[in-house]
Amino acid sequence: MRPGFGEQLIAEGDVEVAEEEQALIDEFRRQLDLGMWAAVPTTRSDGRREAEMIRGFDEIPHDTSRVIFFPRAAGGAA
Amino acid sequence: MVVALSATAIVVLALLWEISMPWIDRRLEARRLRRELRRAGHPDAAYDPGRERRAEQRARELLKSCVNEEEWAMYRDLGFLRVWGGQSDPEGPSDLRGVDYAYLVYPHKPIVAYLPQTGRLLNEYCVEFPDETRPYGSPRLPDSDDVLAKWMALQGDERRIISEANLHLPGRQIDPRQIQRDLWRLGRWERERLARALRAGADAPQLAEPADG
Repeated sequence: MRPGFGEQLIAEGDVEVAEEEQALIDEFRRQLDLGMWAAVPTTRSDGRREAEMIRGFDEIPHDTSRVIFFPRAAGGAA
Repeated sequence: MVVALSATAIVVLALLWEISMPWIDRRLEARRLRRELRRAGHPDAAYDPGRERRAEQRARELLKSCVNEEEWAMYRDLGFLRVWGGQSDPEGPSDLRGVDYAYLVYPHKPIVAYLPQTGRLLNEYCVEFPDETRPYGSPRLPDSDDVLAKWMALQGDERRIISEANLHLPGRQIDPRQIQRDLWRLGRWERERLARALRAGADAPQLAEPADG
């Protein structure tokens, strides 16, 4: 998610392919270095949708198809 | 007389010049940056009046694909989301031991914590997601992205986003009367939704009966 633009595809690839996985890892790190937060939408066994905050590439659930990056939260309108 | 007026006019012009110089500098700098980006073929360079509307459209689709159907309908119909709090552990250290609480999530407004059983407002949590890549683009996320970011952060790490927020008593930014009105609208919306679901449930077997018989 990007202010003024909304959803934008940053990178895509297959984690089963070593080169593509490395590219995804690099992009993941770059986004965190830029100060973004990462989250993965998940679905519980009872069908309820939730979200998980992700701090490292290895925390991403294997069955997920997307990771959403959004700007880090900051206290507003003090 | 003329000399005095001329002198006053010169002073006024000089003061206006001093005041407007920083603004003019900023505009010229932004223009120069845009021109350089355009020359480099950067997609962000050209001003596009429909960009934010399309961004909001995409944001709504993304929100819809992430939240529960009930939550999407709530946002679509009422303009805000209710997210249940997850820190009311009966054995927990907070004042909310075992008491259900929830948040109202509005776009670009503070998150409001309240007790659904009584409607009592607890706190306002002022939080935003500032753009670190300015001056390009708007400094704000599209409305639906702002709601989704709050929803994901509350779902994924409630303590973290609450600790990042500025805490205020209710009424600091959102009029408590508006929140009470929204809670009333939410209650009515839920009753109507439940009634519709019950009607649909009651109608379904009747429609199925002839086929069974």
